[in-house]
Amino acid sequence: MSLSTEQVRHVARLARLALEDEEVEALRSQLSDILAYAEKVGEVAASDVPPTGHAYPLRNVWRSDEPRPSLPAELAISTAPEAEDGRFQVPRIVGAES
Amino acid sequence: MSLITKTAAELRDLIGRGEVSAAETVRAHLDRIHATDARVHAFLRTTDETALAHAADVDRRIAAGEPVGQLAGVPLALKDILCTKGVETTCASRILECYRPPYDATVVSKLREADAIVVGKTNLDEFAMGSSTENSAFGPTRNPWDLGRVPGGSSGGSAAAVASYGAPLAIGTDTGGSIRQPAALCGLVGMKPTYGLVSRFGLVAFASSLDQVGPIARSVGDAALLFEAIAGHDPIDSTSIPVEAPDVRTSLEQGVEGLRVGLVREFTSGEGLEDGVATRVNEAIGRLGKLGADIVEVSLPHAPYAVNAYYLIAPSECSSNLSRYDGVRYGLRRPGETAEEMMARTRGEGFGPEVKRRVMVGTYALSAGYYDAYYAQAQRVRTLIIRDFDAAYQQCDVLVSPTSPTTAFALGEKVADPLAMYLNDVFTIPSNLAGAPALSLPVGLDDAGLPVGLQIMAPVLGEAVLFRVARAVEAETAFDPVPRGPVAVEVPR
Repeated sequence: MSLSTEQVRHVARLARLALEDEEVEALRSQLSDILAYAEKVGEVAASDVPPTGHAYPLRNVWRSDEPRPSLPAELAISTAPEAEDGRFQVPRIVGAES
Repeated sequence: MSLITKTAAELRDLIGRGEVSAAETVRAHLDRIHATDARVHAFLRTTDETALAHAADVDRRIAAGEPVGQLAGVPLALKDILCTKGVETTCASRILECYRPPYDATVVSKLREADAIVVGKTNLDEFAMGSSTENSAFGPTRNPWDLGRVPGGSSGGSAAAVASYGAPLAIGTDTGGSIRQPAALCGLVGMKPTYGLVSRFGLVAFASSLDQVGPIARSVGDAALLFEAIAGHDPIDSTSIPVEAPDVRTSLEQGVEGLRVGLVREFTSGEGLEDGVATRVNEAIGRLGKLGADIVEVSLPHAPYAVNAYYLIAPSECSSNLSRYDGVRYGLRRPGETAEEMMARTRGEGFGPEVKRRVMVGTYALSAGYYDAYYAQAQRVRTLIIRDFDAAYQQCDVLVSPTSPTTAFALGEKVADPLAMYLNDVFTIPSNLAGAPALSLPVGLDDAGLPVGLQIMAPVLGEAVLFRVARAVEAETAFDPVPRGPVAVEVPR
């Protein structure tokens, strides 16, 4: 298992991580080692073994559909790094280059 | 009378009877923290003002004959990954450096109802990812038994707070061993409950199918007390199990006569298991036999694949969970021309190396074309490990093993080798994958004078037998939790 620099940069883009060149190089070798190690899961568990997502089986956890108090908007937005008029502020998305 | 060396149960009784005030108890512990924490760095911040105010309120209610909670006046250290309303909750990450949550975690609310007094928030590996607390963005925590060594992790700050007598109780979280391993390395009792038995509401998510909150203490009885205070169904956590929390204290002293204790064959040897650890653990198992337990050898044949599966499942879930740190709703934000650039810069600057590593592994494992080979395959291995446990519990009531293959290692020793660091969790991870409870308790010191932990594992919702066996070992071991040695933090007797 060996990743290329391009693969590492592609995954970093998917993960929205701006990385320095040295970080890319370090991650290339570390990720290759970690994935080679993790890949050993392929040695056992044939495809007829069902996957377990949650150890304790709970299904369809419902609550009654009644209005109840929630976090006030001004409190929810109080932690935002940038806000305006009670809204989260982000850089322009529509029409921006991507 | 030294208040800092008392157990939580003793303090609660003294305070409840009015012989000692909650205020003087809390002040004694805060003084202790301020005297030692420049060297230990267990805490990211102390909460002196709110702690003393809460203690004064407890004292007022006791004087007025009003009801107080079951941990009234007992100081407690809280891992800085549980949300505390209005108090910084950083997860030891730059990305949340100034974050003040607008709400309390359910565990925090329950602790307040119990009238435990939060004296501060403890250091951890960033977002609980690590086994040494060296991955904190705010500097490592040191082991009170040897200040040149790590306390373990990721709940290393919580363990060091209790081991240095800054509080008799602490809350940790355990995704792959993050309560049990630091407890082992610091000579403490640490317990991971059944998945879903303690609410995760307000616990900052790392790997949602594995994360669980649990107690750290200097005795089994105190750990049981804290476990009972935090366990229970929470309707606002949809993964919370809708059952009554098990009563663990009634049967605590019933001993192990006639119980079947399974020795896990795959965990009795192997690369990396230190002789000093194996010796102390075998002696403890011998004592269980002497106390009347039947020792049987069992096999968990797929356990050797648990770490491999974990390092796909945990990073995959982490990469998804940590996508919320996007510079928009909370935490750090770095400017960028576009939204994507702003997010990538924010995350590139805000996350430390281990978090980036895991986000990258998880993103890769979940990306198109790899999902089945990695995440789904790891989940199939998880099924096999659960079946192994089910089969083992046909033959025995609890399982035992070392908690960690080594005692506390030197600061810096494993930081350059992520895989070597991951192997610290080889004995603890299977219980997380199975969602089952497990506990570590100290069973002596190795030749270098460092604590060794015994791990006890029980079936899902088997907390009562888990604590009962732990108590029997503790009573027979008489371990002294006061750190000692040439580079230990001194504790006034």
